[in-house]
Amino acid sequence: MTTAPEVETAAPAVRLTGITKRFPGVVANRNVNITVRRGTVHALVGENGAGKSTLMKILYGVQRPDEGSIEVDGAPVSLSSPADAIRAGIGMVYQHFMLADNLTVLENVVLGAERMHGIGDGARRRIEELSHAYGLEIDADALVEELGVGDRQRVEILKVLYRGARTLILDEPTAVLVPQEVDELFDNLRELKSEGLTVLFISHKLDEVLAVADDITVVRRGETVATVDPASTTSRRLAELMVGSELPTPERGESTVRTTPVLQVHGVTLRSGDRAVLDDVSFTIHSGEVLGIAGVEGNGQGELVDVIMGLRAPESGAVVLGEEDVSAWPTRRRREAGIGFIPEDRHRQGLLLEAPLWENRVLGHQTRRPAARGPLVDRRGARADTERIVREFDVRTPGIDVTAGSLSGGNQQKLIVGRELSGDPVLLLAAHPTRGVDVGAQAAIWDSIREARRRGLAVLLISADLDELIGLSDTIRVVLRGRLVGTFDPASVTPELLGSAMTGADGDPRTSARTEPGS
Amino acid sequence: MRNRDWTRVALGFAAPLLAIVFSVIVASLILVAAGDPVGTTWRTLATGGLSGALPRNLVNTVNLGTTYYLSAVAVAIGFRMNLFNIGVDGQYRLAVFAAAVVGGAVTLPRPLHVLLIVVVAMVVGGAWAAIAGLLKVGRGVSEVISTIMLNAIAGGLVAYLLRRVASGQQASNNIATPSIPESGRVPGFTLLPSSPLLAYGFLFVAILVGLGYWYLLGRTRFGFDLRATGLSPSAAVASGVNVRRMVLAAMVLSGAVAGLVGLPELLGKTYTYDLSFPAGLGFTGIAIALVGRNSPVGIALAALLFAYLDTASNPLQILADVAPEIVKIMQGVIVLSVVIAYELVRRYGVVHEQRRVAAQLSATRPQTEEVPA
Repeated sequence: MTTAPEVETAAPAVRLTGITKRFPGVVANRNVNITVRRGTVHALVGENGAGKSTLMKILYGVQRPDEGSIEVDGAPVSLSSPADAIRAGIGMVYQHFMLADNLTVLENVVLGAERMHGIGDGARRRIEELSHAYGLEIDADALVEELGVGDRQRVEILKVLYRGARTLILDEPTAVLVPQEVDELFDNLRELKSEGLTVLFISHKLDEVLAVADDITVVRRGETVATVDPASTTSRRLAELMVGSELPTPERGESTVRTTPVLQVHGVTLRSGDRAVLDDVSFTIHSGEVLGIAGVEGNGQGELVDVIMGLRAPESGAVVLGEEDVSAWPTRRRREAGIGFIPEDRHRQGLLLEAPLWENRVLGHQTRRPAARGPLVDRRGARADTERIVREFDVRTPGIDVTAGSLSGGNQQKLIVGRELSGDPVLLLAAHPTRGVDVGAQAAIWDSIREARRRGLAVLLISADLDELIGLSDTIRVVLRGRLVGTFDPASVTPELLGSAMTGADGDPRTSARTEPGS
Repeated sequence: MRNRDWTRVALGFAAPLLAIVFSVIVASLILVAAGDPVGTTWRTLATGGLSGALPRNLVNTVNLGTTYYLSAVAVAIGFRMNLFNIGVDGQYRLAVFAAAVVGGAVTLPRPLHVLLIVVVAMVVGGAWAAIAGLLKVGRGVSEVISTIMLNAIAGGLVAYLLRRVASGQQASNNIATPSIPESGRVPGFTLLPSSPLLAYGFLFVAILVGLGYWYLLGRTRFGFDLRATGLSPSAAVASGVNVRRMVLAAMVLSGAVAGLVGLPELLGKTYTYDLSFPAGLGFTGIAIALVGRNSPVGIALAALLFAYLDTASNPLQILADVAPEIVKIMQGVIVLSVVIAYELVRRYGVVHEQRRVAAQLSATRPQTEEVPA
């Protein structure tokens, strides 16, 4: 008869050992080791690009690891499709819900799993059982269209429970929730835990993670950095683990910042449903200045770029370019006024993959020389200038008639940078300009930006690469949940300060996650 | 020398040829299954049946091909922008009716008269297509659905108006618009000396339309915007294209060209519109645009092919006791197999080009391994 304290003898719900996954040009996961204890909420934190999503895709059978093994409930498994993962009792709740608005909850839940309990009363009974057992409180006959975001997420959780999941993976579940919905979700998770289920929770919001997780694993640059117990760690320490304890020292030369403002953003607010995606954002960039925006992805950077480019209209606020209020100008006019744009997703917004390089030179510049003359496309001009860009920016290509899609990512990016810097823009919006680019090309792109800055170019730089932010920026500001929450000098900022501001971890009311109503 | 992927070019030619061969095989199998004479059918199609019929068939092919070409270009304009203008059928019928009415009601010196008829046809066709365009831009209505419904409305509208217009005519069994006077007609010309049949003069307009299509889409800014929107709407929007305006412009342009579809026959042969005027030309245009892959030359070849098959199949019933619809089956099989073949070629082409570029780059790497300044 033993009275010793309960020892964890049950096999871990999930154990990942030595997982490595490579993609052309990048190692997404390197020797990752994670042990998730059964009946716990285990959080996986890290910045974007740290490798969290790839890891979860491997666990859910969407990708296969190059090396390493996966064990579920102590038994090794080989997952070659989500169906295998579901059979192993793993269920995934995605950040972007996959629900049919015009169907009821019941219909959405049984869709694809009709064989389990039928589609009528049997299914309804099972749904109500699960709903009560786990405190989800969902009406099986409610129309999804009429449900709020928090309820929809519960339907997604119900879907995976219905399919027999014992281990749930939640991908950034609080990204779309307002504070009290977050509290409700955490209550649900505690309920799931008490019934013996295991939850694996991906997030970058350290304050929330500390509130609900039993174990936290930090991932950085594809590797597991540490697994910590939330009770014995602080958010500052976590932020430091996420961001790295050493920041690069910036290259300091003579300041090129002049006094003329090129871009002024006044009080821009953009809403998406109930949430403020951009909340009263204001800043100024002067000629010759690079303003770096740091922040974990999904906090409003993309939307800020869209507003300045004219792709989305804010609810309130103004954008001023030079002396002109361009808030009502269409995108083409803003480009013609001298805004260059290096988009975050080059395949979606920066290139026509099936068109030759010289036609891609015309893209975005089809109303100006040298790509166009009057109402016609100037083929010769575009071709000559494309040759110039290929030369000056070292774009590795056998010629300018090959399709853009056949170049490597880095060379595509060099082409885009070369294109956007031509025509002497006054403002450059650079969103992750060296993402997926090899080190040599990265240095070349940085040099081009610095050179243009010397000539008076103003740059809004959005990046998750701290080397880039610190090396290029004259000022760094941090965006969190749509607000600019901190201003830092790259020469003196510390990883703690930066990491805390980016994750809202320091408990400072200014940077705290929960905004007081009416504040 | 342009760095072109010749393998891809060769495959681009091979695909339609293989599709034709495949459709011949399928049609032969069907003939066998139905107990029809296979050899006689192909001989009749190849030679036109009666001796001496070939030259006449060729002229008829060119004439029908002119109509088909215009219809396919109208559809192709939409296709290049990923818009499916299924409404070419309704647009051309409404347009040719209006053109016949206006043409028969006035008398002007020849160039002006013809010009007036053409302008009326294009305006009516463009306006009818604009309805679908406005619905799409303003309310997000799928143009596939709206154009098909507008086809039905156009059919009813034309039938109704035709009775009203024709009721003022002299007693006649056929309900038709007043005949267009001499000054509004487009004279034909002798295409082949061995046949007394004249080719439509409107052929030259069709050639101009083809050239205009090539030039507009390939050389102008508007054409670039249109193609960019078709290739990648998100990239086009980020580059400053006003997508709503483009959608509307493309639909109107497509409809305007569709308006021309009935004119070769109206101005070259019948000079009047009645209910026996050829119908369904809009749908043939869709098939031809697909087979011709939206290219001005490809469409011309496909139009001639389809026109020849339709023309040569007329005597099949009499000469070989085979339903001429066997040709429709052939055409359908051609369209399906060509579309599949093109998609396969395209996918293969993308992979092949990536590999080719990578191979070329690694071959020349040692010389270009310079450290950037």
